[in-house]
Amino acid sequence: MNRETLCQCYRLMLLIRSAEEKIGDWVERGEARCPCHLYIGQEAIAVGVGTAMRAGDTLWGNHRSHGHYLAREASLTGLFAEILGKATGCAHGRGGSMHLIAKDQGILGTVPIVAATIPLAVGAALASSLRRDGCVSVAFFGDGATEEGHFHESLNLAAVYKLPVIFVCENNQYASHLHWSERRPAANLHEVGSLYRIPGICLDGNDVEAVHEASLRAMERARAGAGPSFLECRTYRWRGHVGPRWDIDVGLKRRDELHDWLARCPIRRAKERLRKLGVTEAELSAIEQSVQDSIAQAEAEARAAPWPDEGELLHHVYCAAAPLDLPWFMPSIREAA
Amino acid sequence: MRELSYAAAIREAHQQLLSEDDRVFVIGQGLWSPWYVGNTMTDLEKEFGRNRIIDCPVSENATTGAAVGAALSGMRPIVVHPRMDFMTLAVDPIVNQAANWSYLFAGQIGVPLVVRPIINRGGEQGAQHSQALQAFFMHVPGVKVVMPATPEDAKGLLVAAVYDGNPVLYIDDRWLYGITGPVPRHMYMTPLGVAAVRRRGNDITVVASSYMVQVALHAADRLKEQGIEAEVIDLRTIKPWDKDTVCNSVIKTGRLLVADGTWATGGVAAEIVAAVVSRVFRHLKAAPVRVCLPDTPAPTSRTLEQAYYPNANTIATAASWLVRSDPSIHDHRPTAELPGRIVFD
Repeated sequence: MNRETLCQCYRLMLLIRSAEEKIGDWVERGEARCPCHLYIGQEAIAVGVGTAMRAGDTLWGNHRSHGHYLAREASLTGLFAEILGKATGCAHGRGGSMHLIAKDQGILGTVPIVAATIPLAVGAALASSLRRDGCVSVAFFGDGATEEGHFHESLNLAAVYKLPVIFVCENNQYASHLHWSERRPAANLHEVGSLYRIPGICLDGNDVEAVHEASLRAMERARAGAGPSFLECRTYRWRGHVGPRWDIDVGLKRRDELHDWLARCPIRRAKERLRKLGVTEAELSAIEQSVQDSIAQAEAEARAAPWPDEGELLHHVYCAAAPLDLPWFMPSIREAA
Repeated sequence: MRELSYAAAIREAHQQLLSEDDRVFVIGQGLWSPWYVGNTMTDLEKEFGRNRIIDCPVSENATTGAAVGAALSGMRPIVVHPRMDFMTLAVDPIVNQAANWSYLFAGQIGVPLVVRPIINRGGEQGAQHSQALQAFFMHVPGVKVVMPATPEDAKGLLVAAVYDGNPVLYIDDRWLYGITGPVPRHMYMTPLGVAAVRRRGNDITVVASSYMVQVALHAADRLKEQGIEAEVIDLRTIKPWDKDTVCNSVIKTGRLLVADGTWATGGVAAEIVAAVVSRVFRHLKAAPVRVCLPDTPAPTSRTLEQAYYPNANTIATAASWLVRSDPSIHDHRPTAELPGRIVFD
């Protein structure tokens, strides 16, 4: 990875980390009340993949998607305001932390039903395949999602139609409180696609360069019409399943593991690598300062934003924008609408 | 006007949609089969290619989810479930995903999705090959539900569903596939949420949808022989349903019978009765009656199956009783009918 791209990755990872530490503070103080599933420790995956995406590609997230959203450089104020329940939030205060949207960045909605967006990503890829628009869709999901039936259905669909979709499994070891060893017979998730002839790779999910390079290869393959790829990115969720606590109550085992994984911080690793590439301390400080400035500004804007109007409660059950999108051959109906 | 069968009208709607709009594609099990979905899709894959008419793996959940994703990405997919029973494996993409999306994201994005579950019952197929689950989906905010009863609406409602811009369940019934009626050749929409009065009458309002409309029209013929004029209303869309047309009719007749092809408890008929009673209570001359399926799964053996499904006689019996009964006395219930299909409680 070149110096410029790594600087960008470093900035985005730091932005995610800092934003989530801020969100964690709000949760502790009771200012943010929606369930917040923090991504701290996993930043290299969202950023490694997100920076390999192009305009027009779509990203499909889950309940733990602050990182995915920020990695695509969607509005930080929109995220903060959404989590605080403000009208200027990315979902206008209807979604909270678990339902984020940034259409211009290819994020058409993240939702928390486990594995639910995996078939949606396959559908976006099917749309691209039918339109031949050269776009790729990326599904982010955790190791727990691979235990759902529709994950397997989706792998098969994507493989049989050779769809341009990348399955990114963020294996953070735990499904809520339950370690993978209690849920699976072996640590072999990257092999899951073999039955469907989907190439799988096991990556160090805390190495942003490795994730980025693998993503580029998978996307090139997808755009060439060669079909889906599966990336197992091994990582660790530092905080609890939900909320900012360190989650050491789930067992002594986790306390020992956590210590080891804190030493493998993806951001620190990227920073060391940047130093080796000759980036100066002054340049690194400038990046860090710009992140802190962005956080402060977005927090101020989100706090100052209005609450949603109660009168909007019944709006948007159905989408009003769509009926105007009538085909050319029905002018009379278009006029009636 | 040119006549078509209900099944041929569905096929023609697909054919015209696929011809006119590149965004439309169809995915579902059995679409290339000569018998799986009746003759509603015959040879469409030959005209439009197997990439737009996708006969898919046995994966109800993922194919429906993929259609949601494609709809969010700008396509106009139609997902076919050859039996509504099988669609229960796809409840997450319909109920959790498609239905919620517009509201969740404040209308910034819609899900222009049509899901077409087929009610396919009778023939001793039993409990898991017979279900009519429209009430499940009517319950969920964000979904629209249409149930055409005539060939003309079978075409017009499918076109309207595709262009509604929201998730629409288009439920057709194989018992209707053979009926014929006038169908315009051009492409047209039957507006969603607007009922049709299929027969005028002043004595009782009979509200129905889908196959039960045809049953109700037969019942109305029998009632006429008894001197009772029934007004038969075809809901066409059961969500959002046309409260004005139904209530205006009840104001005129003072009596309401709702015939619905699913169970009574928590059913479509219950919703209609509740709304009518709330809106026009003072116009009612008698308590409304529902004709529904008994609250049991579908049996197989022919004697049990015959007892299970309401028929024209069931509706005529209930309607005749309703018109002739003294509203202050509800003990004199018709005894000739088998239990369960006429719901008094």
